Amino acid sequence: MSAALTDVLHVRTPEGVSFDFRIASPVIRLAALAVDWAVVMAAWSLIAVFVRVLSAFNEDLTGMVAVIAYFLLSQGYRIGAEWIWRGQTLGKRMLRLRVVDEEGRRLTFEQVAMRNLLRFVDALPLAYMVGGVFALLSPRGQRLGDLTAGTLVIWEPVEPMPDFDIMRGEKYNSLRAHVPVMARLRQSIAPEAARTAWQALLRRDELDAAARVRLFAELAAYFRAMTRVPDELVDGVSDEQFVRNVVDVLYVTRG
Amino acid sequence: MIVNLERFIALERPRWERLDAMLSRISEDPWRRLPFDEVRELEGLYQRASADLARLGTFAAEPEARRYLENIVARGYTEIHGAPDKAERFRPGAWLARTLPTVWRRRAQAFWFALALMTAGAVFGGAAIALDPEAKAALIRLPKLQGDPAERVAYEEKSHGKDLVDRKARFSGMLMTHNTQVTLAAMAFGMTWGIGTLILMFHNGVILGAVAADYVMAGQTKFLLGWLLPHGVVELPAILIGGQAGFVLAGALLGRGQRKGVAARLNAVKADVVTLCFGAALMLVWAGLVEAFFSQYHEPVLPYAVKIAFGSVELTALVLYLAFSGRGAVTGTRT
Repeated sequence: MSAALTDVLHVRTPEGVSFDFRIASPVIRLAALAVDWAVVMAAWSLIAVFVRVLSAFNEDLTGMVAVIAYFLLSQGYRIGAEWIWRGQTLGKRMLRLRVVDEEGRRLTFEQVAMRNLLRFVDALPLAYMVGGVFALLSPRGQRLGDLTAGTLVIWEPVEPMPDFDIMRGEKYNSLRAHVPVMARLRQSIAPEAARTAWQALLRRDELDAAARVRLFAELAAYFRAMTRVPDELVDGVSDEQFVRNVVDVLYVTRG
Repeated sequence: MIVNLERFIALERPRWERLDAMLSRISEDPWRRLPFDEVRELEGLYQRASADLARLGTFAAEPEARRYLENIVARGYTEIHGAPDKAERFRPGAWLARTLPTVWRRRAQAFWFALALMTAGAVFGGAAIALDPEAKAALIRLPKLQGDPAERVAYEEKSHGKDLVDRKARFSGMLMTHNTQVTLAAMAFGMTWGIGTLILMFHNGVILGAVAADYVMAGQTKFLLGWLLPHGVVELPAILIGGQAGFVLAGALLGRGQRKGVAARLNAVKADVVTLCFGAALMLVWAGLVEAFFSQYHEPVLPYAVKIAFGSVELTALVLYLAFSGRGAVTGTRT
């Protein structure tokens, strides 16, 4: 099976916690490769300027420096970058990719060197065809160099800190004044419904006004249908505020 | 499902944010060495975040918070359970004096196999030239070597090495990089179950044998030795070491007589393969310098006896180095 963005590396840590690394698709990796190629070319352009200046003093020696510098830059850039930046080159940093070992750990130098030295075969016959075929066929999207070095490339999307402020209890919650209603809500509402309401509150700003009103009206109607709520507890309370109050009751225990 | 999520989040959130910030700083500045207190704090925060992730999983309350925590625990895991710190690992002197020759000896069987293949190729190339001189055009592609060896020797001795005036250094750089590419290719082709490495070793042997036979048959043996020995006694072993690395890889891939899985077998040899590659590359730097600055001068500028003696000394030193340096030290991995 080809490696899509949703393919994961499941890790269970010695601390007994499980989580998933998302395996990068060959397409994103190709984009990172293109960026790295551009980086090498840009760096070489800069070096070439110095080479031209220095060649006025000693053309022969400068020629030697240029040949070796290009070789080291083209062959060594990825090894150096991945070793120093913990599995990342500039292209990988830009696309939020990282090379890790097959257990999700940081790489040893041997792994970094091996996966990059094997690029020679992966790049054959042209445009990384061998590496691409291996990456498409491998369940973990590994090219030949990765398979040899025991490494894989993961995608680390930005995970912003969720907005937990909706749980802050500064606002008055009319439901809390009625203990039997609280008990009935907690008893009757399924976890899936509670989670849906929680997510609706978290993402409410992403909705347009009409959709937002409609969604919270549906949720409020659903919760009202689940348990009888005295009118005095919901008088003057908008559907969205009612849903917020229900979620507050479900998730928060106040001392 | 009834949990005091607000209290849990309010209590733990500052620690998550602190861990997130520490991991971001480490990622942005890889050279920074964490003070001991920060290392302890990082580990403590990571352990705590792991426990929080486990708790949040049992609450089954909030996928976004879980994803966020998973992300920082995953990053922390990579840092804390990663490879040992690089700065404490590599010592060039010890690597050169012990690691490289020890690894070479440990994997000597693959070296002898590469040497046998190159020798077979050389015999084939030499025999082809001896039996069919017209094969020269097909076997030796370098224009400089396609002419009559006696004419070339006469020209070289007359030119006093002027052909390379003002381009020796550049020539040296080109030799280094080209030969290193050939050597790395010999290693990388090991992943074709050794077939690519085998062909490369044999092919290099064919060219070498053909050139040698051509010069010997033309009565230019002394020139040949004086020309090839100074750099060849280092360059050829370096390419053979590339082949050795390739066959070590191929051996791990084939796994004859081993019970471990292919991933475990490759894992067991990769440190040795990388050591051999870097060793060969280092040897090729020396060979490139010698070839450009020494090998291209012939009599009367440099007597052949001096060049042959120089090559012999190099070969002896290399053999002694690979055979005896670092004996008794235990380094690298074993299978």
